[in-house]
This record gives sequence, C-alpha cells and structure tokens, in this order.
Amino acid sequence: MKKVEAIIRKSKFSAVKTALHEVGVNFFSYWDVTGLGNEKEGHVYRGVSYSTSDIQRRYLSIVVNDDFEEVTIKAILEAASTGEVGDGKIFVSKIDDVYRIRTGEKGGNTLK
Amino acid sequence: MELLTINNVWMMICTALVFFMHLGFAFLEIGLTRQKNTINILFKNIFIITVGLLLYCLVGFNLMYPGEFNGFLGFAGFGLDSPLTAEGALDLTYSEGYTYWTDFLFQGMFAATAATIVSGAVAERMKIGPFMIFAILYVGLIYPIAGSWKWGGGFLQTLETPFYDFAGSTLVHSVGGWAALVAVCLLGSRIGKFKDGKIQAIPGHNIPLATAGVLILWLGWFGFNGGSVLSADPGLTSLTLVTTCLAAAAGGVAAALVSTLLYKNLDLTMFLNGILGGLVGITAGADQMSPTDAIMIGSIAGAIIVFAVALIDRLKLDDPVGAIAVHLVCGIWGTLAVGLFGELASGAQFVSQLIGVVSYAAICIVSSFLILFTMKKIVGIRVSEKEELEGLDVHEHGMDAYPDFRMNEH
Repeated sequence: MKKVEAIIRKSKFSAVKTALHEVGVNFFSYWDVTGLGNEKEGHVYRGVSYSTSDIQRRYLSIVVNDDFEEVTIKAILEAASTGEVGDGKIFVSKIDDVYRIRTGEKGGNTLK
Repeated sequence: MELLTINNVWMMICTALVFFMHLGFAFLEIGLTRQKNTINILFKNIFIITVGLLLYCLVGFNLMYPGEFNGFLGFAGFGLDSPLTAEGALDLTYSEGYTYWTDFLFQGMFAATAATIVSGAVAERMKIGPFMIFAILYVGLIYPIAGSWKWGGGFLQTLETPFYDFAGSTLVHSVGGWAALVAVCLLGSRIGKFKDGKIQAIPGHNIPLATAGVLILWLGWFGFNGGSVLSADPGLTSLTLVTTCLAAAAGGVAAALVSTLLYKNLDLTMFLNGILGGLVGITAGADQMSPTDAIMIGSIAGAIIVFAVALIDRLKLDDPVGAIAVHLVCGIWGTLAVGLFGELASGAQFVSQLIGVVSYAAICIVSSFLILFTMKKIVGIRVSEKEELEGLDVHEHGMDAYPDFRMNEH
C-alpha cells in the first residue's frame, strides 16, 4: 500500500477530484495549507506595493493499493498542472498497515 | 403648528440617520483593520455612542449652547431643562424647525462622531482604558466648548464676516481629525508598519464590511447635512442632499482615478476613502453650493485623499483607516472651500474660514495633547508588544470576534 500526498492549487482541486474519481480513487482526505515557495504574489494596498510568499494551497492525502499508485499519480499530474511555477508537489511513501475501525479487518481490502 | 410638525419630523428622521452613521464608522474601522482587534474597535465605538450621549445630556448640550455668553466658554447648567409655557407644556416657540428635545438629540448624535474618528486612527495599539478617559473628556468637554464658538453663537459667529461651517467640516470632522493626528504622533506606529524605514502594507481583514460602512456613512450624511438645514425647508434640504451626493460621487471617482494613475492598481479602499473625503469636504458649505461647485469641491477632496494618505505614510505616521486624510485634511479643505466656491465666496470669507480653521486647530491640538500626554506619562497609552502582536481582542476583552470559523484567503 502507498500513501500519495499532493499539494495542489486550490483552483485545480475540482479537476483533480474528478480525475481521481474517474480512475476509481474515491476515498481521500484533504485540508487547506499555507506554505512558502518560489512563487511570489504581488499586491497593492492603499498605495503600498507588497508581495507575499505565503501561498495558499490544498493538501491531499490518498492511501491506495499498489496497483492504484500509478493511475493516481498520473491523474493528479495531469489534472493539477498549469505549467506555471507553483503547481505543487506529489510525495509517495509506503504504508505498513491499514485497519477498518468498524469491523477491525486489516489490509488492502479495506481500501476498496 | 403644522409647519413645526413637518419640520420636526424631518429633523427626527435626520437624527436617526446620524445615529446610523455610527454603524457605518464601526464597519469601516473593523473592515480596514485586522481580525484580532475587531472586538476592541467595536467596544470603543459602542462606548462612544452610549457614554457620549449621556455626557451630552449631562453637560455637553449646555456647554455647546449656553445662550448668552462671552464667546469662548459658557455653561447653562447640568442636565436638560426644557422650556415650558405658562401652562407647563413644552414651549413650541423654542424654534420654528424643531422642538427642544429634537434639538438635544440631533446635536447629541453629532457629538459622539468626533471621538469615533479618533478611534479609527488609534486602532490596533491603544490601551482601552486611556482611550475611554480620552473619549469622555473630548466628547464631554472639548467638543461642546469648541462647538459653542460657532454654533453656540460664540466669537467665530460674531466675526465681522462670520466663520461659516454648515454641518461641521471643521466643528465635527476636523475636531476629531486634529485629535487623531495628535494621538497618532504620541502613540507611534503599529509593529510592522515601517520596516527599515520602508512603508509596509497591513491590509484590512474585511473589505466588504468596509464597503458597507462607507455606503452606510453616505446614507447617514443625508441626515448629517440634510438635518443641518435645521428645518424641512423644501428648497434648502433638497439642494443640500444634491450637493452632498454629488460631492461624494465626485470624491470617489477622483480618488479612484488619481490612485489608479499613481499606483497602476484599482484600489477599492482609496475609492471608498474618496467618497468620504468628498462628503467631509462638502459638509462646510453644502447649502451654499451649486451642483457644479459641489462636484469641484468633491473631486478636489478625492484627489487630496490619495496624496494625503501617501504623505501621512511618508511622515511615518500610522493611520490604519485614513482618518486623518479624510476628516482632518478634507475637513480643512471643505472649510476653506466656502471662501472659494458658492454663494459666500469672497476674500473676507476666506480669511474668516482661515481664522476658524486655526482656532479649532489650537483648541484641539492643545487639549488632546494635554489629555493624551498626561496619560502617556502616568499610565501609558500603548498596549504591550505581546498584546499588540496577539491582538487586543483576547488581551483587553478576552474574546475572539470570529471564534468558530476561519476565513480562507481565496
């Protein structure tokens, strides 16, 4: 089992969600994060220009069986891309075990 | 009798509209400041309107309208004392435009405005206790004494060419503005406003609320200026509303244009400040101007706002909501404009307007400096660094403005 974590633009969330559903990834968690990166956002307030490197993004955490790893990553890579600096990152890591709390069962079946 | 009834109804409507302006001020101030200081600002605004009204009943009204007096300071006694007829009923010959009670309440609504202007300028860093003491002294004593010089029949009214301030560009707005300037100088800037000599932006947390505040203030101004006719005179009240609205519109457009040209950015907050600048500017002569004059005065006020905001920043003075630019600078401009535009325009009038501006500058700067400087030396007027960074809401009031939800930036 793998954990696929992705930091994406909020504006791309809807497209990524649809793409994940299309390849059969229906369960995942997400939350809003603030981070620092290469991108700078320019602003003007009452005649004073300022730029902020505090960037708002959405963080997705998806745990899948090994055979879903590739399609999941592909779906995010395609749906979340704009080609501009700031599109985000994907991290992949191993998951040792998964339990379903309701029944106590264990293993890859719980992710289906 | 019927005429008095009509006049009085209009004056009571205007009283209600001026009351509503306090909501406008509250919205504008919290909108242009940070979320962590919202409760503090609302507390100050509510304090000012409640305590201000009580003080105006206790001493203010009779300090401002003492009857016959030496022209500088008079007092007709504590509390309200309505004039009665021989039969003991309310004496309706008090004025053709309103009853004694309406007179008190209309003027009382004005009184609180001056301190509210200061509240915005000192936002996010002033201790609440000293602010309350300042507000009590300023609304209770200074505002009515200063007001008596002109509206109470004092020395500015008895000049050879009387000083003219129709609804308070100077008497209300500059009186608040001068104190705001003094307070900002004594307080210092917010942490983070100037870094290594460079001006930093500290964006407000709720621009929709600030916008609502400005539109509410504009609505309130129908009463502020419309009621200052002091009767329902059909010609004068309608002209006043037209000049008021045209100046507001012209002020907004001019500020938006100038700031767009200067900063290459469509800045809504400048647009909003421009509207207020136009309103403050027309207030001194709203009943004396033609529509063209009003548009001129408003547009100049709007342009002034943009430069004044930049100048105040440049002087390393920190005025989070632009109160000094709007109320002081445009208040002075509007007052002087009476000598340049409209029915009263003349050299002699301009000199009288100048005398008025200087007189009010003197009383306001001296009195607010004495009050604030004394408190600064004795108890301190600024919150601790920790308190300022974490927010006045939690430290001064033990509350959050929005405890249950977090606002997303996008």
